Amino acid sequence: MNPLHYELSHLDALEAESIHIFREVAAEFERPVLLFSGGKDSVVLLRLAEKAFRPAGFPFPVMHIDTGHNFPEVIEFRDRLVAALGERLIVASVQQTIDSGRAVEETGPRASRNRLQTTTLLDAINEHGFDAAFGGARRDEERARAKERVFSFRDDFGQWDPKRQRPELWNLYNGRIRRGEHVRVFPLSNWTELDVWQYIAREQLEVPSIYFAHRRAVFERDGMLYAHSPFVQLIDGERVFEESVRYRTVGDMTCTGAVRSSARTLEEVLAEIAATRITERGQTRADDRVSEAAMEDRKREGYF
Amino acid sequence: MDPHAAGGRTSELLRIATAGSVDDGKSTLIGRLLHDCKAIFEDQLAHVVQTSERRGDGYVNLALLTDGLRAEREQGITIDVAYRYFATPRRKFILADTPGHEQYTRNMVTGASTADLSLVLVDARRGPTEQTRRHLYISSLLRIPHVVVCVNKMDLIDYSEDRFYEILEQLVDFSARLGIPDLTFIPISALHGDNVVERSFRMPWYGGPPLLYHLEHVVIAPDRNLSEVRFPVQWVIRPISEEHHDYRGFAGQVAGGVLRPGMEVVVLPSGRRTSIAAIDTYDGEREVAFPPMSVALRLADELDVSRGDMIVEPEDQPPAARELEAMLCWMSEAPLEVRGRYLLKHTTRTVKAIVDQLEHRVDVNTLVREPAAKLDLNEVGRVRLRCSAPVMADPYARNRATGSFILIDEASGDTVGAGMVLQGS
Repeated sequence: MNPLHYELSHLDALEAESIHIFREVAAEFERPVLLFSGGKDSVVLLRLAEKAFRPAGFPFPVMHIDTGHNFPEVIEFRDRLVAALGERLIVASVQQTIDSGRAVEETGPRASRNRLQTTTLLDAINEHGFDAAFGGARRDEERARAKERVFSFRDDFGQWDPKRQRPELWNLYNGRIRRGEHVRVFPLSNWTELDVWQYIAREQLEVPSIYFAHRRAVFERDGMLYAHSPFVQLIDGERVFEESVRYRTVGDMTCTGAVRSSARTLEEVLAEIAATRITERGQTRADDRVSEAAMEDRKREGYF
Repeated sequence: MDPHAAGGRTSELLRIATAGSVDDGKSTLIGRLLHDCKAIFEDQLAHVVQTSERRGDGYVNLALLTDGLRAEREQGITIDVAYRYFATPRRKFILADTPGHEQYTRNMVTGASTADLSLVLVDARRGPTEQTRRHLYISSLLRIPHVVVCVNKMDLIDYSEDRFYEILEQLVDFSARLGIPDLTFIPISALHGDNVVERSFRMPWYGGPPLLYHLEHVVIAPDRNLSEVRFPVQWVIRPISEEHHDYRGFAGQVAGGVLRPGMEVVVLPSGRRTSIAAIDTYDGEREVAFPPMSVALRLADELDVSRGDMIVEPEDQPPAARELEAMLCWMSEAPLEVRGRYLLKHTTRTVKAIVDQLEHRVDVNTLVREPAAKLDLNEVGRVRLRCSAPVMADPYARNRATGSFILIDEASGDTVGAGMVLQGS
């Protein structure tokens, strides 16, 4: 900030916009919830919620959709962070969705619970009667997201209809919904990956250790490095080896790839992000590679 | 305007709106800007190359970078606003790329509503078209403070200075009628990169900077209203803990003026007076708050203040208006009818409103005003609205944040209109 000229740095301007969005949702909805994945974007969301509502508590709980295939480091981090904030954590489990017969586990070496999460998420939204759910998605991540509104309207079935999006003007967000409908709200819509990391550095936020370079047993598939874990079967010819890697995104172990890296500190990660020539999802997410419109199709079904 | 605001430093974030169709070379221009600012990543480019080949486009179709929806790719058109992000060491840019056709005027209005700068493309061979004039009109209607007209495809007219000035003259008159405060013309060739990022040696007669330099240096800080204090109360922070038992923080985003602790204020619409005890943020108390900061105000007296109220200075208060004269862009398939009832959201306040009168419709291509009984989708008109409760509305020309509103259909919940206040009473 430069008070002499009444100007904000770009991070301060983005922060002010995000805080406005948080407060707008708190004021216009009865039962919001913050979706927390354990990833860097949701760490930033939590800090922005603190900025919007402290010294009071959050006017909503925090919810994690637990696929059961998470990195253990991330679960440990989640519990510690939410406890330190003194906020309420709800865990909705994909395993329970499967056990109750609401979803069927995929099989085979490429099995993933990525798609099943949608059922767990929508069930949890229904069960708790949530009418607004904050998510950490950004428009720079993916081409379908580049078109999504900050207030992204979902029908009774949790579906997104890209052709029926409400116009979104100025900072006047329209929070009118009918019973059974809800909105997904994306306070980080206008942030880029680099903004997120710069903010993490500025705010000195802790992120899960897997974002920094570490030695890990991995195998290579479709040009990506995956963690060797009990949740993934190897295909013939795939071999496990040790590598110095870090993660650019945090999803579940079955569909999130690692990148070769020696960046062990925040400064080194920032330098790596600034120099990278590949998008984070293109480099590390198998779930987006299914088809040209993989993200749009999953969002239509109610995905994050 | 506050003299400090006009200082030499420029804000770090610039919001740009572009509108246009494929023929203008808009995608090529955006593609080049993104590419030269290293904002196109290898996997994105590879994807565009592959998809272009598969579709038989015969060239690398950069429109595919922003046309993200299945329907857009299938039909080869831009339907909705796409947001793109790029940066130089000097500034970060948020670019709202909107479709140019008349049937998507509402999308253009959406992209324009938050823009600091509008980028309009003209094909140097064809000169200004109906679409060019519409884009300029929408830019002026939404009061985008800076407009840049890129006269593109200069390579196809031998970089002719005469032709460039011919186009410039055709548009200067038109723009003067619109009251565009800052209009800049740049001759470019997006395809060859002339005057986009680097100055072109093929047009030595052009003395101005290339486009990117202009985007990096255009001064936007004084565009905000820093003289009239406007603080719409958004949310009341009331901790339940013992430690903060008596704390009341009136949270919101500053919409105008410069606030300081100790300042005398009045809360509207009640008209009660008090003063600012402190300006709170998570990072501690502030000595000053200005647009677009999000802060929480503590007041010296215990007053009944809630969401939808507005905190202002006693000496320049906005009218608490029940009647609004406004320009309205209609955004719904169901037309706007005189006597129609809607919800009106203005800052953090939502009231009911009735359309008392539709004074005229504006032909967005010719600017001709014509009498009309209704407004159809994408049409613009001047209306008189009556509200169920007062709204503290400034003319949009004075303050884009406190002069704008949306209309919402109560039954469907859809946003059906975007309004810009001319006058409240």
